[in-house]
Amino acid sequence: MRRMILICLLWMITNLATAALPDQFAQRLAKGSLTEKQQLINEMIKENDASIQPLFTALVEGNLYWLDTNSTLAIKQDNQFINWSNKQVIDLPKNQFKRITINNNIRQLVAQYQLQIKLSSNTIPTRRNAAKALFGHIQSPSQINIIVERLALEQDSEVKQRLLEALAFAKLENCQQNECLVLLTQLSNVTNPIFVQKLQQMTSIEGSQIVKEKAQSLLDKLTQKKAMYEKTEQVYFGISLGAVLVLAAIGLAITFGVMGVINMAHGELIMIGAYTTYVMQQLLPNYPGIALILSVPAAFLVCGAVGMLIEISVIRYLYGRPLETLLATFGISLLLQQLFRTLFSPLNKAIITPSWMQGSIQVNDFLSLTINRLYVIGFSLTIFIVLLLIMKKTSLGLNVRAISMNPLMARCLGVKASWVNALTFGLGSGIAGLAGVALSQITNVGPNLGQNYIIDSFMVVVFGGVGNLWGTLIAGLTLGLANKFLEPITGAMLAKIMVLISLVLFIQKRPRGLFPQRGRAVEG
Amino acid sequence: MLTKYFNQDNGRYVLFCLTLLVIYLVMANLFFPTNSLFYVGNQTIILVSKYLCYALLALSVDLVWGYLGILSLGHGAFFALGGYMMGMYLSVQGENGSTTLPEFASFINWQNLPWYWMGADNFLSTLLLVMLIPGLVAFIFGYMTFRSRVSGVYLSIITQALTFALMLAFQRNEMGFGGDNGLTNFKYLLGFSITSNGMRVMLLLITLIVVVISYLICYQLIKSKLGKVIIAIRDAEARVRFVGYRVENVKLAVFTFSAVLAGIAGALYVPQVGIITPIEFLPLNSIEIVVWVAVGGRATLYGAIVGAFLVNYCKSLFTVWFPDEWLFALGLLFVLVTLFLPKGIVGLLKLTHSKKPQLKPQEASL
Repeated sequence: MRRMILICLLWMITNLATAALPDQFAQRLAKGSLTEKQQLINEMIKENDASIQPLFTALVEGNLYWLDTNSTLAIKQDNQFINWSNKQVIDLPKNQFKRITINNNIRQLVAQYQLQIKLSSNTIPTRRNAAKALFGHIQSPSQINIIVERLALEQDSEVKQRLLEALAFAKLENCQQNECLVLLTQLSNVTNPIFVQKLQQMTSIEGSQIVKEKAQSLLDKLTQKKAMYEKTEQVYFGISLGAVLVLAAIGLAITFGVMGVINMAHGELIMIGAYTTYVMQQLLPNYPGIALILSVPAAFLVCGAVGMLIEISVIRYLYGRPLETLLATFGISLLLQQLFRTLFSPLNKAIITPSWMQGSIQVNDFLSLTINRLYVIGFSLTIFIVLLLIMKKTSLGLNVRAISMNPLMARCLGVKASWVNALTFGLGSGIAGLAGVALSQITNVGPNLGQNYIIDSFMVVVFGGVGNLWGTLIAGLTLGLANKFLEPITGAMLAKIMVLISLVLFIQKRPRGLFPQRGRAVEG
Repeated sequence: MLTKYFNQDNGRYVLFCLTLLVIYLVMANLFFPTNSLFYVGNQTIILVSKYLCYALLALSVDLVWGYLGILSLGHGAFFALGGYMMGMYLSVQGENGSTTLPEFASFINWQNLPWYWMGADNFLSTLLLVMLIPGLVAFIFGYMTFRSRVSGVYLSIITQALTFALMLAFQRNEMGFGGDNGLTNFKYLLGFSITSNGMRVMLLLITLIVVVISYLICYQLIKSKLGKVIIAIRDAEARVRFVGYRVENVKLAVFTFSAVLAGIAGALYVPQVGIITPIEFLPLNSIEIVVWVAVGGRATLYGAIVGAFLVNYCKSLFTVWFPDEWLFALGLLFVLVTLFLPKGIVGLLKLTHSKKPQLKPQEASL
């Protein structure tokens, strides 16, 4: 018997899919009276055919048209009319098409049907979303009937819970005192903004005192929750800004902190990293994601090479003269800026964000986390850990530390200072390039990109304590959080000014930063 | 002995040339008819006045960088502060000495100016503020910084942060300084039209006199006993401290004086260019001043003047001929001068004049 039904169903589906809508149906839909249409749609709903779903959607949204000359239905999509039966674009003037009008009855009918379809879907996420979307949108008693029917069949506990909540909310509209209290208890875990609105309404209008109190206590709880999640969001923003700062500053922590070289061109190395991403995406126009991943090593190599070139050609001759190094590297930064302005035009370049980095994770009604920032945080931490390992575990790191502590003794023990310096500077610059790749995802890529970060980066390194990678991490995160927590109170601009000024004041108090280097290497 | 002699002589020579140039310009502007070959237009007068202001600014940076060993990347801030003080005065000047509301106030619907505009309606108080405000900012900043012995690169970076913070602050409309658009559209100075020929010439002459006097003061300062201490601090700060001098006080005094000079330069600059915006606080501008000094030659005073004239003249030429390439030239200038001309152009001249080897001043250690 079952097999019979299955075969029957299969036959129906194939049959309907080929001739989805008999011609006379279409005729009647277009030309019949509203009652006729309603009847027709009832019939169509009874057929319960998945392939007509788009037709219903178009009908409700007012995008379904009738073309008299061809006697065919057409769906309007992006200002184009698409033939319903053969899915071809119809190239005819607009006035030939006639919109199929419907009334509220039909609209409701279709909406209910669509709801039913979604709620009885085989995939749980679809059901969950449908149930979630129901909250606060139940208008008619027939909808309530559908939900009650569905509740009896539903297996998934979350869908059940959502449906119950939606029902309870719908009943809240006209309830008696005790009933209201029960409903409110049922709804006590709901965080939907519509519910918050309703609660506010309930506390302000006339009504039973007990219900009002109950609503007020729920409202208080919700506001508290909301405030907490807002704080969480601020922390998230703060950490993501901090991660960006750490990323921009960590290369500098190597060149300035460990080597003692003031590299004012650091910002421009970040810019070159961002432009490398742009060039990679130009080379692989169809694969923005792969291009982005490839540009990580590419930017490291390009910026590392540029950095080594700067070290070998200029900085090498200025060791021990920090102020001169500052001036010369500033000159280099101007040169690089102008070079990129000439090569790529002064305008900002569009970087494509691959699809897996777009969108956000909706944690609940109050909190959503953007995915690209999440990636930046992860990227930043990864680079930090790798760099820490390089400095602590490899021979390059050992040599670098030796040279920074006592250059003369290190040379006596056979460390090739010039080569190690070039390599270290290359490493710091390469990491600036990586920062550029990450920044290209969250900010505009133009010749001035680096300038926006150079002062901040120096501040992070100085704040954290020169020569201390952990200090850089903590300083970056602290500054990011401080900025984001001040912003709602003072506004973005003033927050930045206040952070800068308090940093200047901090350096007065502790000139060597949060975690000062100790030992003989530090001159007094 | 010989270097000292040359030093003084070169300085006087530079000042003499400047005076000659200015006198020639004034004569040519006033006494030749406009169609004459020798006539000098107002544009040139303004240009030279601007260069003179830059020269004064460079002088102030040379004083702290060349002699005291403090590389300030924030002197543009003092210049801009002085400029804003003057700009405030100019923007409230109406016809016949009356005062008006500056333009920006009507944009943001302010009926009255905030309290800190109080001194702006009076010329004398403005002159005082021009020196007082940059001096005060420098004093407070220096008091904290020098006492906690922040030095070297750290100092450079926080001076840069200072000017950056001030730029952000002045960009805010609520600050009451015209926001991003700054203060402009000046019409009268002391009741005279600011765009008139006579006023231009007058400003040029005043600027020249201020530059000459400032140079002489700086020169006397360096030659005095205090000057010896200043140079000693640059070369061996710890030793000076051990000998018993109060290094912090000397640094603070010189830094503040230098900021006052920069403020005066800004105040002279604004009536001539007719605008002051937060862009003047841009860290890049402050670093450009350092380059003027580096190109001219550090620790010579007149080298700063030469450098300011030379670099800005090149800039004027470049921006006319190849507007996009100026940053290339400036960048190259930075690199080449620090690598190959540590003593600047003046040092090059000095080498050819005197055979006597110079004592190398030790770098102020980081």
